[in-house]
Amino acid sequence: MAKIIYVDHEGTERAIEAANGESVMEAAIKNSIPGIDADCGGACACATCHVYVDEAFLEKTGAAEDMEQSMLDFAENVKPNSRLSCQISVSDDLDGLKVITPESQH
Amino acid sequence: MDLSNAERVVIIGGGQAAAQACASLRQFGFEGAITLIGDEAALPYQRPPLSKAYMKGELAEERLYFKPAAWYEDQNIDTVLSVRATGIDRSARTVSLEHGGSVEYDALIITTGSRPRALPVEGADLDGVFDLRDLADVERIRPRMIEGQKLVIVGAGYIGLEAAAVARQLGLDVTVLEMEDRVLARVTSPIMSAFFETEHTRQGATIKTGARLASLHGADGKVTTARLADGSELAADIVLVGIGILPNVELAEDAGIACSNGILTDRDARTNDPHVFAAGDCAARPLVHYGRQGRLESVHNAIEQGKLAAAAIMGKPRPPEDCPWFWSDQYDLKLQIAGLSQDYDETVLRGDPESRKFAVFYLQNGKLIAVDAVNSPPEFLASKRLIMTGARLAPETLSDTSQSMKEIAASAV
Repeated sequence: MAKIIYVDHEGTERAIEAANGESVMEAAIKNSIPGIDADCGGACACATCHVYVDEAFLEKTGAAEDMEQSMLDFAENVKPNSRLSCQISVSDDLDGLKVITPESQH
Repeated sequence: MDLSNAERVVIIGGGQAAAQACASLRQFGFEGAITLIGDEAALPYQRPPLSKAYMKGELAEERLYFKPAAWYEDQNIDTVLSVRATGIDRSARTVSLEHGGSVEYDALIITTGSRPRALPVEGADLDGVFDLRDLADVERIRPRMIEGQKLVIVGAGYIGLEAAAVARQLGLDVTVLEMEDRVLARVTSPIMSAFFETEHTRQGATIKTGARLASLHGADGKVTTARLADGSELAADIVLVGIGILPNVELAEDAGIACSNGILTDRDARTNDPHVFAAGDCAARPLVHYGRQGRLESVHNAIEQGKLAAAAIMGKPRPPEDCPWFWSDQYDLKLQIAGLSQDYDETVLRGDPESRKFAVFYLQNGKLIAVDAVNSPPEFLASKRLIMTGARLAPETLSDTSQSMKEIAASAV
């Protein structure tokens, strides 16, 4: 289990408990967190679950793999800490993870 | 028509479009009663993994569901499962249910989806012959997908080829039968067909094109043999049928709602009855980027129409109508498709299929209308936007791999 904090583009924080093994995207969808669309359901096919990872957790979440990175290159307002949340797997290590959702996924 | 005073929304069907409509209605502030009537036992779940990761055993069942059961309770959504809707009375605004009783609506969303086309041959009812559409189908098939078993797949569409890839990875002996002279004949160009045929062959599957299944035969009620029209026979422990789907329009048709290869809707997912909407596989909608009406069998379409219906009911501005898109996973190949390639007059190859990373662009009168991108997200994502703007691109620009897709997109007129 890990506590994940989602911060929307207006700064509103929403904290949830996520199970190990599910993705940061899945935990968001199951808890109706706004700002993440995840149209493809986690297949790394659509780039609509874009988030910014809080700098303090960048090392723990690791870097995007090639396929994810090339999807991110075409997301709106991509930054060095951009990730697709379907590709971040929850573990105890990520307890307290803060991710910021962009204003739009399209 | 303004339905913003609606107090009761009924959704027939329990798939992706239904789940989206539920979520969007609440998101847009609908506080009234929502009743979801689904003929499957399961709450709404993702279908795409059924022929991919879930079939392979790499995804737990609970991860298929869009929302946990508690969400429907929290959101006060009444889920009526394993129950078929049997009729729509448009003057009384009620939906009748198979075990008796009916539900009243102010707005109705029909998301009845589609069903597999039945195999029109002798022996189709033998044990070991399966469709692949529902979670329940996969539960029946999976225990039989054992290394060394002989699997015959009828139809080389996306479902058939995805299942072939999973089965090869599980060590089954796989033969795919296709009536046309190439795989994916209905949905893609010869160059992509050739690539996927080569890939499956390389992975050890046998692809038989121009092959018509004549009949299935068995022993003790269980399939053992597939006989082809040319008289040849294949041993079969399992037969998987993937020869297309048919939209479930009967409920709408019987209620006098206009249909033509799908339930006809306007851009707001509204049918010719202002209180009735349709979304997903069962609906034929205006394809605004293509100037025609059509039915799309895709996740993108189900999500978008679910949102459109919810927005129209709530009197909200129409959500964006995106370029149609689709994906297929086979082995380590991710095929991403943007747009609709039907009626293309020119193809442009970018990259080398041998490298297993390439794209085929489809042009019509010089305008980009679609792309098939294999392991190439930039080609897919850039094209998605270019198609919506009606971009014209020179073939020699699209094929020039010394320019990135970002550079090419920037040069589009």
